[in-house]
Amino acid sequence: MTQTADRPASVTPATSPTRVIDSNGGANRIISTGEYRVVGTRPVRHDGVDKVTGRAVYGGDTRLAGLLYGKVLRSPHAHARIKRIDVSKARALDGVHAVVTHEDLPKAEDREVHMGEGEGNLKHMSDNILASDTVLYKGHAVAAVAAANVHIAEVACKLIEVEYEVLPAVTDLRAAMKDGAPLVHPGTTTVSLGKDTGKVSNITKHFRMQQGDPDAAFAKADAIVEREYVTATVHQGYIEPTNATAMWNRDGLITVWTSTQGAFNARDSTAMILGVPVSRVRCVPQEIGGGFGGKINVYLEPVAAILSRESGRPVKVIMSRAEVFQATGPGPASWTKVKFGATKDGKLVAASAEIAMESGAYPGSDTGAAAACIFAAYNLEDMRVDGYDVLTNMPKTAPYRAPGAPQAAFAAEQAIDELAHKLGIDVVEFRLKNASHEGTLQVGGPRFKRVGAIEVLEQTKATAHWNSPLGTPRPGHKRGRGLAIGFWFNIGLESSVSISVNANGAVTLIEGSTDIGGSRASISMQAAEILGIRVEDVRPNVVDTDSIGYTGVTGGSRTTFATGIAAIEAAKSVITQMKARAAKVWGVPADDVTYDQNGTFSCSTDAGKHISFQDLAAKLDATGGPVTGVGNVNPQGAGGAFATNLVDVEVDPETGKVDIIRYTAVQDAGKAIHPSYVEGQIQGACVQGIGWALHEEYWMNEKGEMANTSLLDYRLPTTYDVPMIETVIVEVPNPGHPFGVRGVGEVPIVPPQAAIANAIHDALGVRMTSLPMKPSVILHALGTI
Amino acid sequence: MVAVESRSTAKTVVTATINGDEVQFLAEPRQTLLECLRDVVGLTGTKEGCSDGNCGACNVVMNGHLVNSCLVLGVEAEGATVTTIEGISPSGELHPLQKAFLEEAALQCGICTPGFIVSASELLKANAHPTEDQVRFWLAGNLCRCTGYDKIVRAVLHAAEMMHPSASH
Repeated sequence: MTQTADRPASVTPATSPTRVIDSNGGANRIISTGEYRVVGTRPVRHDGVDKVTGRAVYGGDTRLAGLLYGKVLRSPHAHARIKRIDVSKARALDGVHAVVTHEDLPKAEDREVHMGEGEGNLKHMSDNILASDTVLYKGHAVAAVAAANVHIAEVACKLIEVEYEVLPAVTDLRAAMKDGAPLVHPGTTTVSLGKDTGKVSNITKHFRMQQGDPDAAFAKADAIVEREYVTATVHQGYIEPTNATAMWNRDGLITVWTSTQGAFNARDSTAMILGVPVSRVRCVPQEIGGGFGGKINVYLEPVAAILSRESGRPVKVIMSRAEVFQATGPGPASWTKVKFGATKDGKLVAASAEIAMESGAYPGSDTGAAAACIFAAYNLEDMRVDGYDVLTNMPKTAPYRAPGAPQAAFAAEQAIDELAHKLGIDVVEFRLKNASHEGTLQVGGPRFKRVGAIEVLEQTKATAHWNSPLGTPRPGHKRGRGLAIGFWFNIGLESSVSISVNANGAVTLIEGSTDIGGSRASISMQAAEILGIRVEDVRPNVVDTDSIGYTGVTGGSRTTFATGIAAIEAAKSVITQMKARAAKVWGVPADDVTYDQNGTFSCSTDAGKHISFQDLAAKLDATGGPVTGVGNVNPQGAGGAFATNLVDVEVDPETGKVDIIRYTAVQDAGKAIHPSYVEGQIQGACVQGIGWALHEEYWMNEKGEMANTSLLDYRLPTTYDVPMIETVIVEVPNPGHPFGVRGVGEVPIVPPQAAIANAIHDALGVRMTSLPMKPSVILHALGTI
Repeated sequence: MVAVESRSTAKTVVTATINGDEVQFLAEPRQTLLECLRDVVGLTGTKEGCSDGNCGACNVVMNGHLVNSCLVLGVEAEGATVTTIEGISPSGELHPLQKAFLEEAALQCGICTPGFIVSASELLKANAHPTEDQVRFWLAGNLCRCTGYDKIVRAVLHAAEMMHPSASH
């Protein structure tokens, strides 16, 4: 594989003037550094017409000859031993073609395997697909049926007899951490700092990240703030339910059609759980209706596959909304204790934190990422984070957009706000004085390369929003303004792109990155920029795992960065090959051919010789056949990003209701390839963060059951809950990408919860220590209930 | 062990006008209009997000009323006129709302988009020049998790302007 992050001289702007671009009547601004022909424009996305006309085929739209419909029987208990399963009555029902249980999966080894963005245990993965001897959360899959239609499958599920021995359950994070709590896995002991302590506990892991000597540094502080914060379990809330369709052919080849953030990851996971080589599974990624991290892990693919193996027909399984909540991985609940110390002149000198997060039914939570992010915005030499992973009788938690970082920021950014108040320093100035920059030490590792924390804070300070009055609240209401900053990493990972030249000069671009929110456009734009053609002349295709090189998940804010670099490499290869063809046409050495960004090949030794990309494309047959360029990369130059939120709230102290009055988000995008979709990522994440801040949570009852399993009761924000979200895109180019791209999808959900909490404090004078900040929590904080 | 109710699964012939075409399809009494449109008639542009009436992804227009097709039984469509996303623009050209959604980048994953466009088309029939607040109120029954609604609201306002340019412009 080529590992490349060179900035091609031909696409470097001659100068990098800072230009301010306003759109939507000034509501959205770009502080731009770098001008390109295609990059930075706003074309209509290539898959747009299919998606506004209903023609795009999502996972649930998959139609195959002889299709059967599957349904999964799920545990009614939060924790129970399965004593007996009898499927005979279900199997006998008319219209039922197959019934499967864990017995129909191969025995899984108890070993760590590489999955998606990290590691996983194969036995845990298999047991999560269909429970073996114990169900660990309400909704845990126990058996599955394939039938002529979904109604017959539902009836058949009710005919499956399961005898349970109900066991004590614990669904609350802090309760699970206590000595004597019901054990999710009997015999689990805590591994602390790499050593097994032998202590039986739901705390599976304790780790530490430390730099310098925080204890000594705290002694030098004039002011210290130390507080504890908790956040509830939340769900990604993608609108398209989790689904999978599979066909286990009689030749042993398995095809899976699914909505996934990573076709190769879904293929690999499915193959591992089914105990077959990856080469026997082909994954066809259908359009995906939202994921936010929640569509990386597989849930239904192996089930659909064994139902197909047993029935001999293709089987489609779609979760109900209640199943999505109860049986797919939510984002974890958290407990964080954070402490900051500063001198009276406003210099932060020390920080420490303890962070615990639920991993749900199996080990492995977001604590590591939360720990690595919690102090990222600040220039510190002495700091320590202790992290704890905790088992609960909840669905195994999964990545949720900047996994762990919003929970960490909810704690850190409120404590920083409080410390600024304590020192009598303006909250922006305090953050600016201590902001991270190139060379700042990170608690979890190396010093930062070029990052944009200072630029983002400076632009926040310059917004019209920051410099405007709060306005007058309705009678009896109170207004407040809050600020927070957030950080999230980006990752690289493998990406593969190929580009084929058509005879009319348009190109076909093949990629393995599933397009969750406009990446066909952002990838095609980077290719078009290099190729010197219009973006409308690039036709992007997201293809199955047999049709492109290995490509990692659409996650970690990596796609526009890493797959973009693959597209740039593929485009450069096309140009190199096309130059050779021009040389052949002209009978000159290939080195004599030059290419400019307007799409013209010229001969450096004969000023009269020019040919356009389109005209040369028509001569490929005669000059040696097709031209296809390939880019296979695993880039290392991913650059993390900072974002701030400014939010004005109006609170009704009588009811505890919080209204969002005005919202501005400022973010370093490195380089916004398609600014509209960067704005869209920011706006969407802010509103998702507003829901997380104010009302979203898993309501668990005393039996360990989620009580709010509909979208009405879980309560995603609606159009009427939120204002327009003003955006400021700041461009501090990432030196690891030819155009300077930083990932933009995740970091915007890091600051909202803390910014809103700080705004509520500004309005009411009380600190918020738990999420969601629902009316009862507000009233409790005010002491009225 | 849970008792299984005995239910009639006998199918009924339903005749309806869907997107201007007279269509006959077989429906079990327990099948929703959403399921009939998607799995029986094959119009998969209408999306399933929750199947309990809370997200609006399955919005269609039935006899002039905006409905969640997951809350209507297929057999209730007998004799009805139904318009889905596939029939939102009878001319075959893109509806102004479809154009505006593309130009304003008002979709990300796109799963909620058909429902939003069907819903907004009914708004613009009832109110040619809605305010931002009126757009937000009307669309509060359609959930989107990707966009934060900002660009959707702008697209609907833009489409209203395309369809009925106001005098001031």
